[in-house]
Amino acid sequence: MGNNVKHAFVAAILTGVIVMPVFGLQLIRQGAKTLMEPNFSFVLIAMAIVFVGQLCRHWLLLPFKKLKRGLPTLPAAPTGGNKLLILALVAVAVIWPFFSGRSSVDIATLVLIYIMLALGLNIVVGFAGLLDLGFVGFYAVGAYTYALLYQWAGFGFWEALPIAGAMAALFGFILGFPVLRLRGDYLAIVTLGFGEIIRLLLINLNQFTNGPDGISGIPKPTVFGMEMQRRASEPGGQTFHEIMGWTFQNNHMVIYLYLMALMFALVTLFVSTRLIRMPVGRAWEALREDEIACRSLGLNPTRIKLSAFTLGAMFAGFGGAFFAARQGLVNPESFTFIESALILAIVVLGGMGSQVGVILAATLLTVVPELAREFAEYRMLIFGLVMVLMMVWRPQGLLPMKRPHVELAK
Amino acid sequence: MSSTLLKVSGLSMRFGGLLAVDNINFDVQSDEVFAIIGPNGAGKTTVFNCVGGFYKPSAGEIALDGKSINGLPSHMVARHGLVRTFQNVRLFKQLTVLENLLVAQHTQVENRLLPGLLKLPGYRRSEDEARERSAQWLDFMGLREFANREAGNLAYGHQRRLEIARCMITKPRLLMLDEPAAGLNPQEKKDLQGLIDTLRREFNVAVLLIEHDMSLIMGISDRILVMEHGKAITTGTPEAVRSDERVIKAYLGEE
Repeated sequence: MGNNVKHAFVAAILTGVIVMPVFGLQLIRQGAKTLMEPNFSFVLIAMAIVFVGQLCRHWLLLPFKKLKRGLPTLPAAPTGGNKLLILALVAVAVIWPFFSGRSSVDIATLVLIYIMLALGLNIVVGFAGLLDLGFVGFYAVGAYTYALLYQWAGFGFWEALPIAGAMAALFGFILGFPVLRLRGDYLAIVTLGFGEIIRLLLINLNQFTNGPDGISGIPKPTVFGMEMQRRASEPGGQTFHEIMGWTFQNNHMVIYLYLMALMFALVTLFVSTRLIRMPVGRAWEALREDEIACRSLGLNPTRIKLSAFTLGAMFAGFGGAFFAARQGLVNPESFTFIESALILAIVVLGGMGSQVGVILAATLLTVVPELAREFAEYRMLIFGLVMVLMMVWRPQGLLPMKRPHVELAK
Repeated sequence: MSSTLLKVSGLSMRFGGLLAVDNINFDVQSDEVFAIIGPNGAGKTTVFNCVGGFYKPSAGEIALDGKSINGLPSHMVARHGLVRTFQNVRLFKQLTVLENLLVAQHTQVENRLLPGLLKLPGYRRSEDEARERSAQWLDFMGLREFANREAGNLAYGHQRRLEIARCMITKPRLLMLDEPAAGLNPQEKKDLQGLIDTLRREFNVAVLLIEHDMSLIMGISDRILVMEHGKAITTGTPEAVRSDERVIKAYLGEE
């Protein structure tokens, strides 16, 4: 018991130290002067709450202990996958938007963009085990490649798309070359810096990128060269709805974007699923496990890491170009570190390396904040709480990856 | 027909002020089991790391088939046919036993992106063959029933065997084993001795071996290099080494 009191006391003191600068000293402006006013009652209340809470910790935690035991254990992600089930899911995903509201289709498009990004990052972090905190940098490269190509050369979306992917891949390659000898935390810091450098470059290269204002008026994707607008942008041009003989509806564009995002996400899913079963995918995983053993077997670690980095970046580039087309506007604000953190959180939450898990987590982390808009201020708080709970309850992620089972012929 | 496969001359390795390996010379014939023995800290594993390209030797020459492999990065050395196991087993623990063997064949299989993404016939064939070879080695090592088990969950003796299989599947010319008998029980040690013998006879591989277990060493080695404090004491047949006074002194201390 005495130990408990001591523990509670220390916790209360620590609370005081932490809370003091935030609540204890409040800044008050009087005209041109800023004064600091001590306000200790808040601090004392906080300390008291923590003291009592810590004293009763044992009893307070009891229900949680039961909860932890009672929680259902999720199965590991299926590997083979039922083809019929997948087809049915895709069919539902294709048909669904035609019977749904505009805002939900919009959110679904966002979810799909994040699925695509997270599957891309999953290659780097989940498969190859390279902690990349600057992934959003490649996303930005993709988005700005399209935006700049449109602004300076008048490129359309489909012409710019492969270039956006290639540019992002090139950046991944260039960054990868010097940093891939680093490991773990060091790699994380360098990639974090890279993400920031890209963003700062975009802000400061005023003459090209319009700085913080970004580039606006980026055209939406066309349907085989036909525009999806009320009126053709050039005289004499025909728009999609005129050719199809439909009346123009804004909804069409939203659904079209959704279907495109779905296609992108499916392609990413397909490619990364293939990759992980290929020699290069196996090499990524082997490298994550033991680099020295890899070298002793003749695998070139630099090349293998570079391939993961480059491919991951390429998917981010495609995602970026699509993002630019959907928003019609890009500015550096969209590519802050918090985006990288979000995408990484999706990968970790889903279960590193697990595709199904990543898709599930992307859906959760995008839809829930949209549904709970009133709590927008607490978004990061809840986010952090979810991560902590996940690490305690299921550190391997929602649907951890399962090893493939191969039947060997006799 | 035997020829000199590996020739190490004047090898020295310095870590700061410590001369871990001091002017070591030896050669390994292409059909030979060559052992390096010596007390702990004698520099045996450092020799291994130099030969395998994990360290860059401070001085000396390492040649494979008369061609220098000095300064090559370790993965290039491995591609020349020098592969090794590690003192503390280094398997890809979270990969399955089968995947461990498939990874080892990375340089032999179709590993380009496009054929794999499109599942072209050439890629499928190459993957089938890789699985086939893996199955053969699993049978040979008696590990088939564990094919889909995570490598880290195998019994220690089985992990050792898997590590050797993983080396052999790269079709090496020189197999370097770093204390392969460490942690094995007497029966497993006996099996290991038989295994090394079979590998040499049936797969034409030379073996370079570091070991502490004297009965194993004396049973299978053709020649032995004895090291102490980074220096070579003597090189010779098991009988010669066993009766060498300097070796006895190094192991048992002076009277």
